[in-house]
Amino acid sequence: MTFETRELAVRYGAEGPWALEGISMAVPAGEIYAVLGPNGSGKSTLMKALLGTVPATRGEALVGGRSVALWPRRELARSVGAVSQSESTAFPLSVRKLVEMGRYPHLGPLSPMGPGDQRAVDDALRRCRVEELADRAVDTLSGGEFQRVRIARALAQEPCALVLDEPTASLDIRHEMGILQLLRESAREGVTVVLVTHHLNLAARFAHRALLLDGGRMAAQGPVQEVFRPEVLEPVYQWPLSVGVDPVTGAPTVTPLDEEG
Amino acid sequence: MRSAGGFTLLLVLVGVSVLLSARFGAVSLDTAEVFAVLTGGGSETSRFIVWELRLPRAILGVLVGGGLALAGAVFQALLRNPLAEPYILGISGGAAAGAVLVLALGLASAMSWFLPAAAFAGALLAIALVFGVAISADRRLDVRVLLLSGVVVGAFFSACIALILALAQAEVVRSAVLWMMGSLAGATWRTVGVVAAYTIPSCLLLLTLARALNLMSIGEETASYLGTEVERVKRVAYGVASLVAAAGVAFAGVIGFVGLVIPHGVRLVMGSDHRTLLPLSFLAGGAFLTLADLLARVVLAPTEIPIGVITAFVGVPFFLLLLRRSLRA
Repeated sequence: MTFETRELAVRYGAEGPWALEGISMAVPAGEIYAVLGPNGSGKSTLMKALLGTVPATRGEALVGGRSVALWPRRELARSVGAVSQSESTAFPLSVRKLVEMGRYPHLGPLSPMGPGDQRAVDDALRRCRVEELADRAVDTLSGGEFQRVRIARALAQEPCALVLDEPTASLDIRHEMGILQLLRESAREGVTVVLVTHHLNLAARFAHRALLLDGGRMAAQGPVQEVFRPEVLEPVYQWPLSVGVDPVTGAPTVTPLDEEG
Repeated sequence: MRSAGGFTLLLVLVGVSVLLSARFGAVSLDTAEVFAVLTGGGSETSRFIVWELRLPRAILGVLVGGGLALAGAVFQALLRNPLAEPYILGISGGAAAGAVLVLALGLASAMSWFLPAAAFAGALLAIALVFGVAISADRRLDVRVLLLSGVVVGAFFSACIALILALAQAEVVRSAVLWMMGSLAGATWRTVGVVAAYTIPSCLLLLTLARALNLMSIGEETASYLGTEVERVKRVAYGVASLVAAAGVAFAGVIGFVGLVIPHGVRLVMGSDHRTLLPLSFLAGGAFLTLADLLARVVLAPTEIPIGVITAFVGVPFFLLLLRRSLRA
């Protein structure tokens, strides 16, 4: 599954400022693609535009070569799993019920869950290490637990692509690494991963390619090694940075320096 | 299975409440006589009382109570608001304005169908107004705007009612107030037929949205990522649930409380999966309203208490008990 945008531009309302402008990006199948940028640079809007929940004002977003606006939602949900930045349940719900919702796109409106659906749910719970939470009410979970449960729901969709907005923002090191290794594993199995993140070092380590946004425009796009250069990152983040190489993983590392007085 | 048990239990409860309604009333029939009438025997008076007075009334109670409870559950999911109920979007205000206008003009007694027709028209007007305001420039339905415009349109109709009542005669005011507190007294087989024709297909359609409503209650964005055509679901759910509430309000007046509390009660006991919540709310609401109507007829017989008083008197303590139990668990 590939994602592509052509001269994509988005504005909220007819008079508002452009949230995104002139975005032409391509995510090859089976890669991890990081979307980076400071607060308010349009990362989440780009995710929504890619997934068709925010309409393109100009240009277009393509999923699997077809304009996202032309995908029936149910068909799209069978191919693409998405985890938005946050959500809240209006009524009490168990973890298992929430993860079972990942099977809805595969089920008719009234048909019950089959053994295959049950297996997909169990697998997803196990892979995100939330099996022991299955019977808990969602509103009793910690932020990190809830995040893992939501990722489990996306995996239960058995998608060929995953799009995640800050999936590890509230996770500790163990669970953060667990999720990123899971994403890497999925990518090796051919799943395309689009990862919106603030976490430059994790992106550098796990992503194949990155897109750097600045005020709704593209500042850089390409293989991680090309994007992770101080002369590219510094003007965008407006902070002195040093980029080195991690001695263990070999990935670029970004270290913020002290601002020169 | 738990939901199958709940379903059977409530189905039996609906049957029992209809039978009790046929058995008790201003004239008390004994059980043997009721069964004789139901199997084609009994005296002519008993047959008239059971078939023409009590059964249509009991069945109207099941349809209206069930419809209100199911519509309430749908509105709560759609608006993601536990305080939502079928009347929250101005339907009762519109219906009451229509009804009060017809009463004040003295048209209600001229034609028996004038009052429900006017109430239904008022409800439809309110639905259309609220929808028209809430549909935004980019053709999306914003549920927060829907909620706000519902409340505002309701307030406007309340003002219309107040104006009409201020100018009306004392008798009109009394019958208007009684109408606004709800009653199943006008039930005939014809009204049962009309309400059934609106309520049953609408409720069946809403049942097919159960999974979509599960998703809507965790948020529109996520619902969309899990395969829901969000805009379509919102329109269908809003339109159809409103129609159910409008049909109920037209023939039974404004019966508060059923649409708010029954879905919460069912949710506390059976969980929030709409595939069980919606059908069980229908059954529980139907049984509840029929029994409330029975009480309304019997407690101070031959005077009838407004049914809304009973639904609140019985429903509030019952609900508080359930709420306490669930908080302790």
